[in-house]
Amino acid sequence: MTGIMTGVMCNNLMKRYGDVVAVDRLSFEVARGECFGLLGPNGAGKTTTIEILEGLLEPDAGDVQILGLTWRGHESELRQRIGTQLQETQLADKLTVEETLRLFRSFYHRGRTIDELLRLVELESKRRSWVGKLSGGQKQRLAVACALAGDPDLLFLDEPTTGLDPQSRRQLWQLLTEFRSEGGTILITTHYMDEAEILCDRVAIVDHGRVIAEGSPRELIATLGAPKVVTHQGTLEDVFVALTGRHLREE
Amino acid sequence: MNGGAIDRGGSWHPLVELALARLREFVREPEAIFWAFIFPILMSVTLAVAFPGSGSKPAIVGIEPGDGAKGIQEALERAPGVTVREIAPGNEARALREGDVHLLVVPTSPPTYRFDPAREESRVARLLVDDALKHAAGRTDPWSAREEPVQVPGSRYVDWLIPGIVGLNIMGTSMWGIGFSIVQARMRKLLKRLVASPMRKREYLLAQVGGRLVLLAPEAGVPLLFGVFVLGLPIRGSLMTTSIVCLIGALAFGGVGLLLASRARTFEAISGLMNMTMVPMWVLSGVFFSSSNFPQAVQPLIQALPLTALIDALRNVVLEGAGLAAVSRELAILAGWGLGGFAIALRFFRWT
Repeated sequence: MTGIMTGVMCNNLMKRYGDVVAVDRLSFEVARGECFGLLGPNGAGKTTTIEILEGLLEPDAGDVQILGLTWRGHESELRQRIGTQLQETQLADKLTVEETLRLFRSFYHRGRTIDELLRLVELESKRRSWVGKLSGGQKQRLAVACALAGDPDLLFLDEPTTGLDPQSRRQLWQLLTEFRSEGGTILITTHYMDEAEILCDRVAIVDHGRVIAEGSPRELIATLGAPKVVTHQGTLEDVFVALTGRHLREE
Repeated sequence: MNGGAIDRGGSWHPLVELALARLREFVREPEAIFWAFIFPILMSVTLAVAFPGSGSKPAIVGIEPGDGAKGIQEALERAPGVTVREIAPGNEARALREGDVHLLVVPTSPPTYRFDPAREESRVARLLVDDALKHAAGRTDPWSAREEPVQVPGSRYVDWLIPGIVGLNIMGTSMWGIGFSIVQARMRKLLKRLVASPMRKREYLLAQVGGRLVLLAPEAGVPLLFGVFVLGLPIRGSLMTTSIVCLIGALAFGGVGLLLASRARTFEAISGLMNMTMVPMWVLSGVFFSSSNFPQAVQPLIQALPLTALIDALRNVVLEGAGLAAVSRELAILAGWGLGGFAIALRFFRWT
């Protein structure tokens, strides 16, 4: 799985903030067309990892390839081909939904029209509303629409549904499923295990900056073995508890 | 990338979209409108009221009680250009100290004048009072000169002041407008989101300055027009030259604003930097009184300040009809601040 078929490849990533090791020799690969989830609790290093992959942070060590290219020397091409949604971005409150999309769309050399984007994220009726007046779910859909403006090959999403109500979450999942059905690649971080089970082909469970397990949700759940789960179908939640228990996590 | 034509899906060039976004955010902020347009008018009015033309100011004189006070009062009330102000007994010294009266007459024989010779209006009052009292005492003049009063437009304090206020307004609105919006975008992680897109960094910074230039016409124009139509300020230079000076001034402060905002992460930090930069210029750059009052040794520094350059150029153009060539030195200083600020800001800007 190299070159043209690689969506994301990172090898032995390291990132330190002072004495704190945020990312500790982290490696994984994501194939084109795949939806890959980085799972873990807050502070596990998910955001640092995804920001390194997005070319926003420089790793202390390790290699990164995005769509078969390195950031060094290919930044402007890669920026045209990826879409990003960052965890804490607040878009300008006093611009309308349409003005915000027009701004982001102007940066890309190809992509969807504003009308298509509005339809895609079901914000046509909010076209002329100020961003500051939108609900949390609407803001998050707008953020995803900005990420989709350039019709990207690869989408980075950092906890896109945190804080959303169940209906908004399902709306967003629907949107991402459509993106996948058109051949798009997704790298998503989440601390919701159910989200990973529904969306992801494969997940990597991250704790203390390292990958502690990797595989499809079904495979990971299968590793639990039958006796562990008696009252319900195993979930990734159970996998995480089992794994971090073994890893002597202190909380 | 196939190298084909760029399809922006109906959007304008990113530079235009960024500048439009900047402009929209500004005009949707009512407080910003107040500071940009209303504040300079209020300031001009206040100052015009506080400092009317120098010719019309009467000498205000107080008289200490005593024998002969009545006669002195009658003589002074007949005298042109002198106003006698009643002072509550016992408050004479205080009235003099606080400038309520410019001179105090003590009814001794001959009278005593109590005044501060360091105050110009007190020296004028002394001449007027002395003349009036000697006349009343029976002095005759050998002759009376024929007087030709000339009102020179553009020579009043308020005429000199308006270009200063315009310069101050250009500085304040450019720097606050750019500084606060950038720090806000940084705090909201909007800058980080923008650099995650294919946006060009220099286009973002250019648009921050450019988006404000549209507002320059009203920001500089409102106080200038107020000066012309309400206070009778003459504009001797061409409108084009005046506009170019204002434009280059706004670019200069745009560059300085970008520089100050390039690293700041909080409103407190940017406010401190702004005040640290602007307050010295309020004092040094000759807004309210001529900067030639400062010692020779610091003049090169004062002349190099962008506000000094802008105000000097504006005064030369507005009051004396100077052309662009005559203010080229000031314009070069302003361009230097603008370009230098922009280049350094682009280099050190904190996006994440």
